[in-house]
Amino acid sequence: MTTLSHSLPAAHDSAPVELLRRRLPWGLLALLAVAFGLVPWLGNDYWLNAILIPFLVLSLAGLGLNLLTGYTGQTSVGAAGFMAVGAFATYGLLLRVPGLPLPLALVGGGLIAAGVGFLFGIPSNRIKGFYLMVTTLAAQFFLEWVFTKFPWFYNYASSGTISAPRLELLGHDLHSPLGRYLLVLGSVVLLTWVAVNLVRSQIGRNWMAIRDMDTAAAVIGIPVDRYKRLAFAVSSFYLGVAGALWAFAYLGTASAGSFDINRSFQILFIIIIGGMGSIAGNFVGAAFISLLPLLLNQAGQWLLGGNVDAGQLQNLQKIIFGVLIIWFLVKEPEGLIRLLSNLRERLAIWPLRF
Amino acid sequence: MTFFLETLLGGLLAGTMYSLVAIGFVLIYKASGVFNFAQGAMLLFAALTFVSLQEQGLPFALALLLTVVVMAIGAIVIERTVLRPLVNRSQITLFMATLGLSFVIEGLAQGLMGAQVRALDLGIDDVPVFLGEVMVSQFDLVAAATAALLVAVLALLFNSTRIGVSLRAVADDTRAALSIGINLNRIWQIVWAVAGIVGLVAGLLWGARQGVQFSLSLVVLKALPVLIIGGFTSIGGAIVGGLIVGAAENLAEVYIGAHIGGGITPWFAYVLALVFLYIRPAGLFGERAIERV
Amino acid sequence: MSIAENILEVRDISLSFKGVKAIDALSFAVRRGEICALIGPNGAGKSSLLNILNGVYRPDAGEVVFEAEHFQRIQPLEAARRGIGRTFQNNALFKKMSVIDNLLTGLSRHAQSGFLAQSLGLPGARREARQFREQAEGILEFLELQPWRDVAVGSLAYGLQKRVELGRALIAGPRLLLLDEPMAGMNAAEKQEMSRFIADVNRDLGTTVVLIEHDIQVVMGLSGHVVVLDYGRKVGDGTPAEVQANPEVIAAYLGTVH
Repeated sequence: MTTLSHSLPAAHDSAPVELLRRRLPWGLLALLAVAFGLVPWLGNDYWLNAILIPFLVLSLAGLGLNLLTGYTGQTSVGAAGFMAVGAFATYGLLLRVPGLPLPLALVGGGLIAAGVGFLFGIPSNRIKGFYLMVTTLAAQFFLEWVFTKFPWFYNYASSGTISAPRLELLGHDLHSPLGRYLLVLGSVVLLTWVAVNLVRSQIGRNWMAIRDMDTAAAVIGIPVDRYKRLAFAVSSFYLGVAGALWAFAYLGTASAGSFDINRSFQILFIIIIGGMGSIAGNFVGAAFISLLPLLLNQAGQWLLGGNVDAGQLQNLQKIIFGVLIIWFLVKEPEGLIRLLSNLRERLAIWPLRF
Repeated sequence: MTFFLETLLGGLLAGTMYSLVAIGFVLIYKASGVFNFAQGAMLLFAALTFVSLQEQGLPFALALLLTVVVMAIGAIVIERTVLRPLVNRSQITLFMATLGLSFVIEGLAQGLMGAQVRALDLGIDDVPVFLGEVMVSQFDLVAAATAALLVAVLALLFNSTRIGVSLRAVADDTRAALSIGINLNRIWQIVWAVAGIVGLVAGLLWGARQGVQFSLSLVVLKALPVLIIGGFTSIGGAIVGGLIVGAAENLAEVYIGAHIGGGITPWFAYVLALVFLYIRPAGLFGERAIERV
Repeated sequence: MSIAENILEVRDISLSFKGVKAIDALSFAVRRGEICALIGPNGAGKSSLLNILNGVYRPDAGEVVFEAEHFQRIQPLEAARRGIGRTFQNNALFKKMSVIDNLLTGLSRHAQSGFLAQSLGLPGARREARQFREQAEGILEFLELQPWRDVAVGSLAYGLQKRVELGRALIAGPRLLLLDEPMAGMNAAEKQEMSRFIADVNRDLGTTVVLIEHDIQVVMGLSGHVVVLDYGRKVGDGTPAEVQANPEVIAAYLGTVH
């Protein structure tokens, strides 16, 4: 059979295009230099513990959900359920496999979460869109129940909680805020790099094709069911690792309740606000969602001079989140990341207007 | 055998409450294609408003009337600020918008009317009644009767009023309804208001049972499997679905849950719904759309 | 003989929707290397037939023979794997993806590199990606789509979208190309351009084409074989000249004003 590249004129200008795409992303490199080099020097424990670590873990969770919902178009409201699988599985591996290095335990926890995600993704061959969402809700409640009802998962602790049996890498103890920050940062950078590779590969294009129109995807030869299940598995891997990091690097001690449906909503909001189908959007969304409560708290203290009712502040926060969700869906479905890039374009041409 | 019947009947009666919540969803879904996640928040808001008004010393009827007015105003605001700007967007987008809406309503409800548990007395005693050998709760019976009455009123409304006829026209074929001059926005406002009132009734019954508190808004999570089983577009389906879920939950908790650690009600309905979904992807009564390309 | 000569045979195919017959015991054959046009009034069952040929619909009765293999029902994925390409009447493109990404999705069934290779960017996966990109650039050039390479397809004009969809089907190297109204909504110049693309594909690559088209002028110029449908039945089958002379066809279709 003749292939087209033989009989049609070959592309001449593909080399320069490749070069252009490979140009060094200076901004990104600078950001990494700051994250790895400067932050450990300057960041105090409060910043690392209360802001940077949760922000990074939530970004990773957002990334996981975004691969499934933003890239493959399968809406999930069970993200936290898969985070719980990762956390409890990593805990079990560390506890029951003596001498297992932490990175392997994390990967193992992620893989187990991926397996569970794969199972819950199986109905996606018959059930679509909105109805599929119910599957993910079922996963959420079922998994929460499993990790509450079966003491084996939390090693029969009377509190029903888990905390990392050990947190070390190559003999270095990672219990300090800086150690945990570097563990989280390293995991996030590595997994983000993999995600970028994925979404730019044929796999990523297949996912997006399924998202945009699954009937057409099947017609041009994409095994739709298989790629949906793959998306469930990969997404759950990311969520699983994020869950383990959330439990051990951020909370320290976690239980099934740390991964309830509100956590799932939180992750969903990160990708709606940050930007569906965007890698960077997860970071923007996570930054927003972890900083807004702090800002509100500050603003409350500043305005009311310390007489802030924590409950009312939480209500206000809820209202603001709700309004923002609706506002983004109406005005900017592509999220904050689109707003930022529009802003950048406008800034770039701004001097020329005069 | 008596025990089985009691479990079954208790479940069925509890199921009427699920049906009541699910009907609110079906109304909105039929008229505007929105799966309204905020239905639970609306229910909470309605019940809280009513209780707060009663606490101000208003008589039952006046408090009820004022709450209905508040829910109607709320419906108009929601239609203007959420539905109209999102018209023609995907169902998932609309769903997410109602997720945001539920946050706004919950925040407002608790911010304005407080987060503490309120007692609500409707004057119905929760005492056991015997039907032959089988014991049931009197409250459950009254609740079921109220649900039945509400459904009858709704059926009357839809079948014999102008608004009802327009609503059915919109549900059948939105474009055709528009072309004969039906004001879609008005229909949406009315339907959301009616759903709010259904929410109020459900909220009062649930609230009298377990106190008016935040957890009321979580009944939305109970209604979802009911809708999956009954289909999103059929009030009859919502009723049957509610009964199935109620009965199955009760029976499963007693006969299955006992063997695997108990407390399985939070997810059992979902698993049941999944099984139904796999067998009948459009629910028991929902119509299946042919996919055109 | 017939096996070698006919790439596709439709045998007694019937299809109905909710009791309404869309296609009624339809049979015809498509010879390897020809351009076969399906014509007929709206609702004659043309699109439904294409949907059966590549597995989107399942026929109530009859069979399809493709490359000497018999199918009661072929799955869409299987059809693509066997080399049946397809475009849709109302464009079924991936709207949020760029033109070149849409083309690249067409190569999915040729992708060899595995999950790890792609997720870690291993050399094999990179090589394949580069090769795919070259192929896509070739299609862009052939269909004169380069100016829109990185534009999201959803924002393109309708005619351009039709061309992208043709490219997406073409890049996979199909043996049989099913085109559902590839020139709908185009002006005369655009139609001519599209006709040229289709003729080139057919001549240079030997791809067999089955297309649905309403513009009789275009059909007569492009195809050597015309099948006329009316209410799901075949009322004419032959060369353009034969079909034009057929009184039943004239009554059913050509006689009506379009």
